[in-house]
Amino acid sequence: MAQQMSLDVNGRAAQVSVDDPDTPLLYVLRDDLGLHGPRFGCGLGQCGACTVHIDGQAVRSCITPVSSLKAGAKVVTLEGLGSPEQPHPIQAAFIAEQAAQCGYCINGMIMQSAALLNETPKPDEAAIRQALAQNLCRCGTHLRIVRAVQRAAGTL
Amino acid sequence: MNAPLLSRRGLLLQGGALVVGFSLPGRRAEAQTFAPVATTGFSKPVAPDQVDSFLALGADGRVTIFSGKVDLGTGVETAMAQIAAEELDLPLDRVTIVQGDTALTPDQGPTYGSLSIQKGGVEIRQAAATARARLVQIASERLGVPADALVSENGTVRPKAGGQGLSYADLVKDGRLDLKVDPAVKTKDPARFALVGKPVARIDIPEKMTGRFTYMQDYRVPGMVHARVVRPPAIGADLQSVDEASVANIPGLIKVVRQGNFLAVVAQKEWAAIKAAGQLKATWSKWEGLPEQDKLWQHVRATKVTKDDVTSSTGDAEAALGQAARRLEASYDFAIHTHGSIGPSCAIAELKDGLLTCWTASQMTHALRKQLAAMIGLAPEAVRCIYVEGSGCYGRNGHEDAAGDAVLLARAVGRPVRVQWSRADEHGWDPKGPPTLIDLKAGLDQQGNVTAWSSQFHIPEGAAGNVPLVAASLADLPHETTMAPGNIIGNSALPYAFPNVRTVCHRLASTPLRPSWIRTPGRMQNTYANEAFLDECAAAAGADPLDYRLRALKDPRGIEVLKRVAELAKWQARPSPVKDVAGDVLRGRGISYVKYELNRTYVAGVAEVEVNRHTGQVRVPRFFVVQDCGQIINPDGVRNQLDGNVIQTVSRVLMEEVTFDRGAVTSLDWSSYPILTFPDVPEVVIDLIDRPTEKPWGAGEPSAAIVPAAVSNAVFDATGVRVRSVPFTPAKVRAALQGA
Repeated sequence: MAQQMSLDVNGRAAQVSVDDPDTPLLYVLRDDLGLHGPRFGCGLGQCGACTVHIDGQAVRSCITPVSSLKAGAKVVTLEGLGSPEQPHPIQAAFIAEQAAQCGYCINGMIMQSAALLNETPKPDEAAIRQALAQNLCRCGTHLRIVRAVQRAAGTL
Repeated sequence: MNAPLLSRRGLLLQGGALVVGFSLPGRRAEAQTFAPVATTGFSKPVAPDQVDSFLALGADGRVTIFSGKVDLGTGVETAMAQIAAEELDLPLDRVTIVQGDTALTPDQGPTYGSLSIQKGGVEIRQAAATARARLVQIASERLGVPADALVSENGTVRPKAGGQGLSYADLVKDGRLDLKVDPAVKTKDPARFALVGKPVARIDIPEKMTGRFTYMQDYRVPGMVHARVVRPPAIGADLQSVDEASVANIPGLIKVVRQGNFLAVVAQKEWAAIKAAGQLKATWSKWEGLPEQDKLWQHVRATKVTKDDVTSSTGDAEAALGQAARRLEASYDFAIHTHGSIGPSCAIAELKDGLLTCWTASQMTHALRKQLAAMIGLAPEAVRCIYVEGSGCYGRNGHEDAAGDAVLLARAVGRPVRVQWSRADEHGWDPKGPPTLIDLKAGLDQQGNVTAWSSQFHIPEGAAGNVPLVAASLADLPHETTMAPGNIIGNSALPYAFPNVRTVCHRLASTPLRPSWIRTPGRMQNTYANEAFLDECAAAAGADPLDYRLRALKDPRGIEVLKRVAELAKWQARPSPVKDVAGDVLRGRGISYVKYELNRTYVAGVAEVEVNRHTGQVRVPRFFVVQDCGQIINPDGVRNQLDGNVIQTVSRVLMEEVTFDRGAVTSLDWSSYPILTFPDVPEVVIDLIDRPTEKPWGAGEPSAAIVPAAVSNAVFDATGVRVRSVPFTPAKVRAALQGA
């Protein structure tokens, strides 16, 4: 039987109907709530394209069953950070550095970096590279991504 | 700016006028349906010789450009907008690009081969320049002012002397341009460029950074259902039975679709399709048709040669080898590689009233249209393929195959079907860059100069045609039976002026895994062997590798990129390897050069490497690259491409290799097919040579060609050991160091 769930996504309450409690959060966000930020890359927690924030922590939504969310957990996606009209400072930094090629991985890069900067406001380059070590980019945009995070941290 | 989301309203021509009221919703996937063109009575031309095929001037002062070339994440959407806006004297934000829609865009050929700007952009430039010339001519007649006394500016034509002008919309409101593209049209003087050559910010980036962009994987159509494919456990296995009861408990399951060896599940929700695909029980026959991986190169050598392509022949290489003071001989190999797109392939198909619409991230929608039509027995005119940008593809990956899957499934369930490949589908079933084996011989004279060069490339036959669709093959529907590995013989011949040269490509009747082109197809592997073996000659001659190349190079633009990269990298002239090494980590530098396909873009690069002499681990901390691709449209875009080529190819060279057993690919995820990650990404130092008065050449591929040899040469410089087998894994390098 489908189960009704209440989620807090990007500061809004969302009611979803879930057939299977194992359904990864990624599919609820993308298919039920129509969000495009979190992306399907591997379904294995290996690439980082699906990253969202749960209570401020960067989490791989492709391997997070929706039923594992604690009551009141706050989910934030790329859309929840900002918009083209009002980008979050880290999104603005990625735009300023033109830090994308295909851009498919960028959701994870921004979400992971935002979580890093919350904990470590002024990371050095090595710390940024290490924080993003589990986020894969195939186009080879890594250097611009690192510069964007430095720009957002005010250390460029 | 939003390619795929033209509304149906936008497709209706008003009174036969060229001026079309395009409605362009945001990139968010809205409830858009497309009646295939045959039912709309819409008649926008797409013939590549017509100006109206390439552009439409809107009543609102905007211009829509119809581009057969598509943006695969390389930034060509923005570059095309720059070219068109420049030629039409419009601000950039008044240009919209529609890409790769077979009903709307001219067939400018697939988006491959580093030809988007060089061919596609030049065609758009000519169409725009032809349109502008006609607009000026019409204005001249209307205003009674000679054409050469008029100027076009900001979407209007006005007298140079001042006075009232006419907007483009006013000038064409009475009808279409109905004009052939004039290939000899005078295009804008580069001295007057305001947009071309400038680092214009990419149109697509703000939406991509904020989740508003609609990728193929985000696209939705009304009534759509979700599917996953269930591939055979061995490539050639036959499906013997399917136990549909094994998925009967999945909520919202619509159908298990079986056609020959094509198997898939369709469900209301995506997660249900994923669960069903994992849970479905099927029995397959045994198949072990692949060679043993550790005997791959013996297998390649033993494969039947169907023909020899002699790609260059000068003098008498065999005789000169016999007379040489010194002879060298070596074999190089380059493993099977995958494209490795971060987003697995995805497509949607809808079959309605005998008309097929397919939304796809294909790099070749016009060719795919014909493939899909042939597969299910429709006329190509009954098929419309609409490009929706996907994850970067770096050649022919799985996008087209996912489209084939979606079409079969849409037909089977009578509803629009979205197929999303899994990670294992992508790693296992995207077509691969084939294994490449190269044997080389050189003869040197007493002074160490190359007097003879002979090379033999063992590579699959075929060219850049259509890669057979997986669905069509599995379901035994009409499909291509020939291989299409891409134009992989390029750069087998040399850019150097040696007196006796013979380069031959032995074309093989088969290759273990379905081949296609990966970025810089063949030209990367061939340049690797040529530039590394040339380094062996330089070392044998006791010569500095840069000086050795310059001695044999006559092309001034080639000489310039080499000299500039040497300057950039602070190259110190000396023979390799470096002397007096100490410590655990050995450091060296290597140089490499390409003139792409021997007729365009020049690139030279220098790799710096660190080799751990105990572990065999190779790192590339820095890579210097200088490129001359003629006229640069967007230097920031070109830099982005150079970063990408260097980083992706360093990954290929150090880490990547598709693994397989006798039945199928076994490297099915990112842990079994690892790629370079942030901590190991080299710093890339770039110097661009812009030649605004020259033709624009490709920038998306050429720089990948120089990377493998630069790294190999740097490893030799550091260690005195030559690595000739990509990838240069720690195990291989350690073995080579121990054997030295």
